[in-house]
Amino acid sequence: MQLWLIPLLPLAGAAINGFTGRRTSKTVQSAVAIGSVLLSFLWVIKTLMALMPMEERYVEHYFTWMASGAFNVGVDFAVDRLTAVMLCVVTGIGTLIHIYAAGYMHDEEGYYRFFAYLNLFMFFMLVLVLGGNFLLLFVGWEGVGLCSYLLIGFYFVKKSASDAGKKAFIVNRIGDFGFSLAMFLIVVTFGSLDFPTVFAQAQALPVEQSAGIVTAICLLLLVGATGKSAQIPLYVWLPDAMEGPTPVSALIHAATMVTAGVYMCSRSAALFMKAPIAMDTVAIIGLATAVMAATIGLVQNDIKKVYAYSTVSQLGYMFLAVGLGAFSAGIYHVVTHAFFKALLFLGAGSVIHACHHEQDMRHMGGLRKKIPHTFNVLLIAALAIAGFPFMSGWYSKEEILGAAHHHHMWMYWLAWITAGMTAFYVFRSIFLTFFGEYKGHAHPHESPWSMLGPLYVLAILSLVGGYFFNIPHILEPVFRGIVPEGHLEHSLADMILGTAPGIIGIFLAYIVYVAKPGMADSIKESFSGVYTLLYNKYFVDEIYDAAIVHPIERTSRNFFWKIVDVGIIDNGFVHGFSGTALNFGGLLRHLQSGLIRNYAAWTVIGVVCILSALTVLGGGR
Amino acid sequence: MDLVLFLTFALIAVACALNMALQTHPVSSALSLIGVMVSLAVLYVLLGAEFIAAAQLVVYSGAIMVLFIFVIMLLNAGAEKMTRKAGTAHFLGFPLLVILLAISAWVITNATSAAKPVKFGAFTGGGPREVGWELFTRYLLPFEVTSILILIAIAGAYRLANKEMD
Amino acid sequence: MSLYDLFPPEFFKLSVPLSAYLILSAILFTIGVATFLFRRNVITVFMAIELMLNAVNLTFVTFSNHFGKVDGQIFSFFVMVVAAAEAAVGLAIILMVFRTRATLQVDDFDTLKN
Repeated sequence: MQLWLIPLLPLAGAAINGFTGRRTSKTVQSAVAIGSVLLSFLWVIKTLMALMPMEERYVEHYFTWMASGAFNVGVDFAVDRLTAVMLCVVTGIGTLIHIYAAGYMHDEEGYYRFFAYLNLFMFFMLVLVLGGNFLLLFVGWEGVGLCSYLLIGFYFVKKSASDAGKKAFIVNRIGDFGFSLAMFLIVVTFGSLDFPTVFAQAQALPVEQSAGIVTAICLLLLVGATGKSAQIPLYVWLPDAMEGPTPVSALIHAATMVTAGVYMCSRSAALFMKAPIAMDTVAIIGLATAVMAATIGLVQNDIKKVYAYSTVSQLGYMFLAVGLGAFSAGIYHVVTHAFFKALLFLGAGSVIHACHHEQDMRHMGGLRKKIPHTFNVLLIAALAIAGFPFMSGWYSKEEILGAAHHHHMWMYWLAWITAGMTAFYVFRSIFLTFFGEYKGHAHPHESPWSMLGPLYVLAILSLVGGYFFNIPHILEPVFRGIVPEGHLEHSLADMILGTAPGIIGIFLAYIVYVAKPGMADSIKESFSGVYTLLYNKYFVDEIYDAAIVHPIERTSRNFFWKIVDVGIIDNGFVHGFSGTALNFGGLLRHLQSGLIRNYAAWTVIGVVCILSALTVLGGGR
Repeated sequence: MDLVLFLTFALIAVACALNMALQTHPVSSALSLIGVMVSLAVLYVLLGAEFIAAAQLVVYSGAIMVLFIFVIMLLNAGAEKMTRKAGTAHFLGFPLLVILLAISAWVITNATSAAKPVKFGAFTGGGPREVGWELFTRYLLPFEVTSILILIAIAGAYRLANKEMD
Repeated sequence: MSLYDLFPPEFFKLSVPLSAYLILSAILFTIGVATFLFRRNVITVFMAIELMLNAVNLTFVTFSNHFGKVDGQIFSFFVMVVAAAEAAVGLAIILMVFRTRATLQVDDFDTLKN
């Protein structure tokens, strides 16, 4: 089936653009980039159609990577329904975003570099999704982290951008460390990293009621996932990642890379189901992240930051679903979130483009008339994320709320409130941007069709995607036997209850921002303490800085640099050796007096020594 | 008679050597060295090496030392002046030499304690006939090589010394 | 006390031990080294070299007698020849050096210093 073509086509695109990009025109570069991803998408479709109905896992083994005793890791790509869903999302949305980026980045420097990085990212993401064992997944995992760093810091001449890139990579690395430890434990426990082998063995284990090896593995996997998917405590890189170009934010930090953590946890469902403690931890972290990020997003003024916190919050929803055992609900939300979040970001990009790179919502307003197409698509996206009935977001959110309702009611109510906040801040952004008077200085103009085309496609997907792609039904064979059977029944009352927060949120936003314009400021003043806390992101960055970053930096500078490096290594070893050699040479220099008689004396000394040695050794003969 | 002859000429040799070491004027040293060589020639005869003894007298004392004296007179070398430069040699020299002599003496006496003594006339293989025979059969190659060496030395000495004296 | 008592006839029948020659050779060699170390005139130093070579020659001849073979004397012969050549060249060099430096003090030939 030639699965390897799927990731390799974007890699080829990256290589072509990377090596020849300097000399080709922008049209050629974008054609290569878009073409490679589009071809990959088409190949995915062809492969999946050939593999239907895909009740079982299809594996292609390429070569053995490591063979050490009984431990064997091969390079294999595997496709089952879960992978199929992710492949469609990654390549499909990837293509749309590539097309959009061709228009959006048209006036930027380093056009070819951007597309090379973007294609490289696609390659790594596809390796991650197609990987048939933990190690190959990890390869893709690290690779997308690298590309994220490259793309966030794309405008590397701006210090804030390069700092954000470094922050993303370093925080990700902490998560990767957890993932690596988890892999080591998996090897020790199960003797292999291959998915079928590990999961089959895990299924045979009893459920762990207390902390055991599987719990440890799952918790460490969770650490990795919090790094990659921006959960507490490693989410701090995602808002800063908005320094990158908007298509990057859409593709990487909304639709694909950040969902890698959810994918990984869903893939390891067999492991997680054996460790209830770990699953509870996942659910709690997801929920906490969802709530916290939503509260921060309520008061941000940069439109991209609002959506960034929204992403963190929605990822929290996905982890909540995973933690509650509703793996397919989590993946459902991944898919629908990809649709409407990508649309939100791209739409925001369109707005920013229209306002000539203005990102502060306080300088926008009244753009409804000026850029109507953008307004249309962004409205659809906002309705989707708010959970307006029958749109894509509504379906997935209903699934998650249903799972929460089934397990713990307090989780349900917290998720319910968060849904309300989600609707509120999204519509706040819509109202501030598109309604009222225009407060900016530029002349907003509509975006070209190269950008609007993908936007409309995504809008259609956001509208009807939830209905057409019934993910839990599609993924049912994957989780069969792992997750207990039983599709949760949704009564009509539950459904209405679940829709309520969305509607309420929209209504509240309308009142605060459109009907009574001064209300926002008065609320801000009355709750100024809370407002400051929220606006400054609960000062989490500052806390991290003081507690972790500064002590490490100070230790590095004072101890490691000054004492170890300069003192011991430089002065002690390097200079010590050279100094000793110099001094010794200085001593020996005096031997070379130029006086023949001294040389003769030394010769005689030598003769005497040799004679004595011979005498002594010879035993006085 | 061997012992008497040996002791006499050995004492003469050592005395002349010491004289050579202690005289200040190079000509005196050269003449003392000639004395050493002559006594050594007698000792060679005592050891039965007539040819070598003759060669010693003719070549060494008759040619080499004469060459030395020629050069001394050419350069008009006078008595030595005192300088205080080579510290190592001055300080270490004497003890070293004592040690050297002591070790050598000790080794020699130990090694030759059971050796047969030297009698005058016991060795008759040192005449010109025997030496010449070995020289032109077994040691022909070194002989020829040394003759070339002498040729080179002549050429070198001529070339080196051929500059005009100011 | 006559000369006869001092040197009885047995005295004249005694033969010389081997070690005597060798020790004599060692003494001459040592005196040669001493001259080399302590004298300042370069020609005297050269003569010390000749003295050392002679001491070695004595050793060779002694052993030739001791072992009854003539090879020691052959070697001694070669040593003499080489000494002659070396003396010639060496003195020529001294002449040249004297021309440039106008001194015969060994201590002044110190261009190799440091």
